[in-house]
Amino acid sequence: MNVIDSGNVAAATAVKLAKADVIAAYPITPQTPLTEKLSQMIDEGEMDAEYVAVESEHSALAVCIGAASAGVRAFTATSANGLLYMSEQVHWAAGARLPLVMCVVNRGVGAPWTVWNDHQDSISQRDAGWIQIYVKDHQEIMDTTIKAFRLAEEVSIPVMVCYDGYYLSHTYMPYDVPEQEKVDQFLPPYHYKHTLTPEAPENLNSVTMPDTRKDIRGDAAPCYMDIRYNLHDEMIQSIEKFEAIDSAFQEIFERGGNPVVTPYRMDDAEHVVVAMGTLANQFKVVIDRIREESGIKVGVLAINLYRPFPIDYIIKALEGRKGVVVYEKALSYGNQGALFGDVKSALYPCEKRPVIQNHIIGLGGREIKTDTLYETLIASCRKADENSGITDTPNWVGLQTVEPTAAER
Amino acid sequence: MGQDLFAIMTSNAEGGEGDAGNTGSWRVERPVINMALCTPAKKQKASCHLCWLYCPDGVISKDLEPEIIMEYCKGCGICAEECPTNAIEMVAESEFVEE
Repeated sequence: MNVIDSGNVAAATAVKLAKADVIAAYPITPQTPLTEKLSQMIDEGEMDAEYVAVESEHSALAVCIGAASAGVRAFTATSANGLLYMSEQVHWAAGARLPLVMCVVNRGVGAPWTVWNDHQDSISQRDAGWIQIYVKDHQEIMDTTIKAFRLAEEVSIPVMVCYDGYYLSHTYMPYDVPEQEKVDQFLPPYHYKHTLTPEAPENLNSVTMPDTRKDIRGDAAPCYMDIRYNLHDEMIQSIEKFEAIDSAFQEIFERGGNPVVTPYRMDDAEHVVVAMGTLANQFKVVIDRIREESGIKVGVLAINLYRPFPIDYIIKALEGRKGVVVYEKALSYGNQGALFGDVKSALYPCEKRPVIQNHIIGLGGREIKTDTLYETLIASCRKADENSGITDTPNWVGLQTVEPTAAER
Repeated sequence: MGQDLFAIMTSNAEGGEGDAGNTGSWRVERPVINMALCTPAKKQKASCHLCWLYCPDGVISKDLEPEIIMEYCKGCGICAEECPTNAIEMVAESEFVEE
């Protein structure tokens, strides 16, 4: 069924179709309408789930951790400082290998306060051990959230579905709402192999020692470092699983493909823009114009799966190109863009390494003008062609009130 | 669904004494039960057993004369705190070291 609605409603509808049993969330802009919609659907009997009103984001994820451990499908959503407030539980959920799904409606992190979009919130959690997927439009919010439940439950790793605050959360766009029957066919009922029951009581995530120890039966029990290695190893295996799950989705719903990275006009591209979320979509228009007006052969590579980081896909897509330009809405302060650093390190083993440049853009909702992307991208391509003036430090695009730097003062 | 191939390592474990290894070595003070004051020992019938109930490691037996497994008892002192007749005294481990 085709509808025209907001991205937050798309996410809520996906969670309803996935038949989540427990929702625990604390409202925060721009996520609020998503959880409001879920509580409304539960209140009106449209959705059979327990909505747990909690006093904080930390409690929200703690409730989901408890629910998932007790054998039911759980969902939460947050943004910005809310995500950071639950950070301790974010790491816990991954280490406990609980198949949770969380929508992160991307917003800049305070201080100073901002309610507008960038990616700093979820990027700051990239090392927590969650799978992170960045989506680009309303249909992807719907489909990826449904796929996320299956992925999380198949690999026992929690999944964040990240989408841009306001750009997607509050704008209305047409999208297809899948039929319940088909979603049921795609997503089997929740099953978690360590489900806690009174018949088989277990200690969950009990203390581990630096070295292996004997369990109560005298068998060797895994210790912290081994358990963490296992998480890392299985994160990497999840890339293949995500591909397989996308194929299964395509068979039933006849849409999807390229779930890990999405190429656009890459076949003959000498230069490639790398970006995540709506920014990658915006670049399609930009490079169409650049190709038409200046003849520069440029393409776009959207990174959908950010963690685990798809190194092989990056190498395959970018090795041998003249230039790669990474535009991103987050950075590792004092260093460079997080995505830039990751892409650069993925390309290090290549024989034919492209020239690689980094632009930081749109922090705290700073408007990203298509003309700005057009101009900065053309300049970056020319720099790469001449291989001059390339620096390893990020270029901040669109600063308005630039003070002299400490060195200049 | 192939889930059995994933999460092959977690620290989930069956409940029971010794799940965290030989924790008796952590002990600084040792609980010693005075059977003359212990309710089930004194009455010779199943009663009280609050020490058994409260022990976080499950190392106290539910016998008429409760026994504590010293291999795992961490010496936390909860049993001594909970005992309604003050039958359990925490004694410094150094008292048990042979000269």
